[in-house]
Amino acid sequence: MAEDQVTLKIEGVDVTVPRGTTVLEAAKRAGILIPHYCYHPGLPVSGVCRMCLVTVEGAPGLQIACATDATDGQVVSVFDSAASDARQAVLEFLLINHPLDCPICDQAGECELQDYVFQEGRARTRYSDYPKRFSPVEDFGGDVLYVPNRCILCTRCIRFMDHVAEESVLNVSERGDRAFIGIHPDAVLDHPWAGNVIDLCPVGSLISKDFLHKAYAWQLDRTPGICTGCSQGCNITIETRDNSIARLRPRTNEDVNRYFMCDHGRFEYRWMNSGDRIEAPLVAGANGLVATDWSQAIARCAEIVKGVSGKAVALVSPRASCESLYLVHQLLKDFELLSACPVEVVEGEQPLPGVPNLALRSERAPNVEGAARLGHGAEYDKALEAVKDAALVFVLDDGYSQFGDDALSGSENLIYLGTSLPDAARNSSVVFPMSNAAEEDGTYVNRDGRVQRYMQAKTAPGMARPAWWITGALLSEIRGTDAPATAGEVFDRMAASESAFAGLSYETLGTQGAFANKASGAGVGCDS
Amino acid sequence: MFEGAVRKQLDEVLKKYPTKQAALLPALWMVQQNKGWIPDEAMSETAEVLDVTSAYVKGVVTFYTMYHQHPVGENFVQVCTTSPCNLCGAEDVVSALLEATGCAALGETSPDGKFTVIEVECLGACGFATPILVNDDFIEDVTPKKVPEIVGKYRDGKA
Amino acid sequence: MGYPHEPHSKETVVLSRYFGDKSARSYDGWVERGGYKALKKTLDMDPAAVIDVVKESGLRGRGGAGFPTGVKWSFMPKEKNKPHYLCCNADESEPGTFKDREIMRWTPHAMIEGCAIAQHAIQAEVTYIYIRGEFTEELAIVEQALREAYSDGVLGDDAMGSGKKLDMYIHRGAGAYICGEETALMNSIEGKRGNPRIKPPFPAAFGVFGMPTTINNVETLAVVPHIINEGAEWHNSMCLSNPKSVGTKLFSVCGHVVKPGNYEVTMGFSLGELINDLAGGMREGRTLKACIPGGSSVPILNKEETENCILDYEGCIEQGTMLGSGGVIVFDDSADMVYQIMLLARFYAHESCAQCTQCREGTAWTTRILERMLAGKGKTEDLDLLLDLADQMTGKTICVLSDSCAAPVVSGIKKFRDEFEAYINGSREPVLVHG
Repeated sequence: MAEDQVTLKIEGVDVTVPRGTTVLEAAKRAGILIPHYCYHPGLPVSGVCRMCLVTVEGAPGLQIACATDATDGQVVSVFDSAASDARQAVLEFLLINHPLDCPICDQAGECELQDYVFQEGRARTRYSDYPKRFSPVEDFGGDVLYVPNRCILCTRCIRFMDHVAEESVLNVSERGDRAFIGIHPDAVLDHPWAGNVIDLCPVGSLISKDFLHKAYAWQLDRTPGICTGCSQGCNITIETRDNSIARLRPRTNEDVNRYFMCDHGRFEYRWMNSGDRIEAPLVAGANGLVATDWSQAIARCAEIVKGVSGKAVALVSPRASCESLYLVHQLLKDFELLSACPVEVVEGEQPLPGVPNLALRSERAPNVEGAARLGHGAEYDKALEAVKDAALVFVLDDGYSQFGDDALSGSENLIYLGTSLPDAARNSSVVFPMSNAAEEDGTYVNRDGRVQRYMQAKTAPGMARPAWWITGALLSEIRGTDAPATAGEVFDRMAASESAFAGLSYETLGTQGAFANKASGAGVGCDS
Repeated sequence: MFEGAVRKQLDEVLKKYPTKQAALLPALWMVQQNKGWIPDEAMSETAEVLDVTSAYVKGVVTFYTMYHQHPVGENFVQVCTTSPCNLCGAEDVVSALLEATGCAALGETSPDGKFTVIEVECLGACGFATPILVNDDFIEDVTPKKVPEIVGKYRDGKA
Repeated sequence: MGYPHEPHSKETVVLSRYFGDKSARSYDGWVERGGYKALKKTLDMDPAAVIDVVKESGLRGRGGAGFPTGVKWSFMPKEKNKPHYLCCNADESEPGTFKDREIMRWTPHAMIEGCAIAQHAIQAEVTYIYIRGEFTEELAIVEQALREAYSDGVLGDDAMGSGKKLDMYIHRGAGAYICGEETALMNSIEGKRGNPRIKPPFPAAFGVFGMPTTINNVETLAVVPHIINEGAEWHNSMCLSNPKSVGTKLFSVCGHVVKPGNYEVTMGFSLGELINDLAGGMREGRTLKACIPGGSSVPILNKEETENCILDYEGCIEQGTMLGSGGVIVFDDSADMVYQIMLLARFYAHESCAQCTQCREGTAWTTRILERMLAGKGKTEDLDLLLDLADQMTGKTICVLSDSCAAPVVSGIKKFRDEFEAYINGSREPVLVHG
């Protein structure tokens, strides 16, 4: 046994963990969830809720698992009668003033109070002869509402603001059972990362105005995604109801965003719900664009691409997947290609001080790094300028709706892949309806070079397809190669041909991502 | 608030501690000394001079019961009513104080603005029941009989 | 009984010798009475040697827990590579206890000298004397004594010419019982809410401002100069019963006795004698019913237990209670135990810091049940409920405040169950309970 490892027994399960691990974390590794409220791995330990009391053989009385170090040979029981009784008592205490308004509570279904009471609480309270205290809902500012009646004073929100956001806007006010989460009248909870307190709240006490009464937890479908709000690449969960995104929440990735996401990113989903979409492929006819089917549109486009040569301009989006960005290059490799990707830069990063290397970044798009590594330059204005002399102009999504109305007017052969159709693209030869980031699988490369997968969370409208599928089909039509069937297939081809992705596979990226080969970059755009 | 003599006083206090935050309790005492209570704006000012946030200060103010979160009468009377004093008749002292000061109820200020009477937990003088604290004056062995005279002195400003 | 008064013949006056003597308050007065000789002597000693003397003296903490003082001091790092602190706990707030205030009022220099000696022993540059906010008079007296100690060269950059730096500051509390708990006290000094901290880390490793810290009660520190002067053996031999409990102890006697006040007796003294002889016994026509011997946080004794109780750490445990801080609350046959226990529960509910669930909610719930019972609306199952809540409030929280609330409830129901039942079954008239 290595010296820095200890082996203990929790509920009869042997588990070996690094020295310094708490019993609560060790139990997680043994597959045992020790009920808890105030403990959160992203916050300093406070030990106040007393919910994680467990029996440790040889220790005097019950111990809190969140603040007890695992030691060699330790024997811990979680569900013996002493520990279970203690937790049952804590639950009864916590429900004293709780309104039991689960049917109208946004937290219902994902409430740790509800869950643990169901799991090991009393059938009915013995606190039956007294009126419950009632305090009105308070607007803390930002996106956050405080419902004091539901509060269990776990202080996660306070510790997040104190130690992670490092802006102590919240406090415990008063003492004893009069205590509540307070805020000074001069202050508002509008820190750029404040919305995390809603996720951290284990009950329905801190709730989101944006999500208020939108859905019950059990009505939501959850899909792992990557935030499109900036180049940080925070891991998120996209929660949808009826094919519409209801909210975004951070997904744990210790190496990128830990347990958090910023408010900018949190609300960066509305564009993905936009109803203003192209729903069918369009080809230019005598009276403008006409809807058609996929095979005709692909055939028409292939014909155009094959029929011209010389200069081509590709205008690509930093929200596009690596897969589609890669295939655009493959598609246009015989041209004298000028390819560029616009980057919106907002001055001033908004860091989360308590987490190293985590900020809302200035580059407000998820795949700036991926576009660069796949050979799409940054000189967007120059590329726009070159449109009028180009034999072929290929647009991969109008990421920022920034085309002036006649920006593309000079182009003879304009191929347009997009989610919506701006006026500037009305003179396209072919228009392909593409899915947005929530409607497809793919990968992004964050600013540190971490390649991360995102997955399809909702279906695309009408006939819209992922951009990698469209470009893959075009490539197949033009070159006779196999059309890729999945994003993963494209990725693996890309990894085989692009040194920037060498050694990676879609499968092994998993849900936490992996670093792309940093030393590369020379081979971009070449599949040699 | 923290200007001139008070600022000097605060600077002296700051020398006693390795952190600015540690001067919070003394600073709040200064506020209360000067304003009679601790208004929200004063919490913000205190927060600023000590490099903490106003919310932090409010959390601290509401923890310690001797800091007044509301204005109180000219004379603030605290009566101990914890068990040992209760055994010795503290409840009667409370009644006598309410009557003599004209306060309608505990926590309320008398119509003339001269008194606020509150019950407090153990004042640490159980052997000298019933102790009361009038402003900064600690008075022991108070009985209902002695109350009118004590109250009279403070009403007349002769205490 | 206030001072001055003649000590009772059964008292052993060490700490209280000059209680009532106003001239002992000043620096000069203290020096005339042999003050600061011990400090002078100590400053020439090796810190470890000072700790050894205190260890040998058998002195145990007088604040409530009774932990051996010298051992506590020895937990401080010997190698000094960061600031060390001493905190003098003068936050005397335990109902029934009012001894430290007399030490501060009459012999502030005894406390200061004790602090300075301890400071040297644990190699601390600074002592914070944490005085509860309500002690206005004590605050003024200790402030004055400190000014003298500085101007007369006892404290400061060159303490008594030793070349050592000893600083001592007062930190005034602001109304919070829990700040008498050592980790809450440290938080309060740091300008925080007085929330007890989870342990470990212990103060000797990570105390006030994150530095090694020792916290001692006023009474503990005030006796240290005597130990230095008279020797460990002198202190160790003051014992009437168990050799683990030595020295003298100030007992505050209050409630239903003729002569409430502070009495200093040798460890092992009889509780019955303390109440009946020194404190003058019951009032005319009254008989003893119950007693809380160690401040409100310890279990209540009935008459028989009270009369059999030996006042030292072990003697109290033998009777199922604790010596605690030595605050003796006496109840005669007129006392309504249900009402008194409700008042104690209310005290703890008022003082709970709000951190731990069981304490925050349990103290308030316990109070409400007792209030309802007193109002004539008690139910048979209430007693079992109270006991169950008390069980869940014992040994499950960061500090012992909720245990302290549970102790009088559990012992009260056990020993005076008939009084509770009388309210429940209606044989006793309800009483008006104002909240």
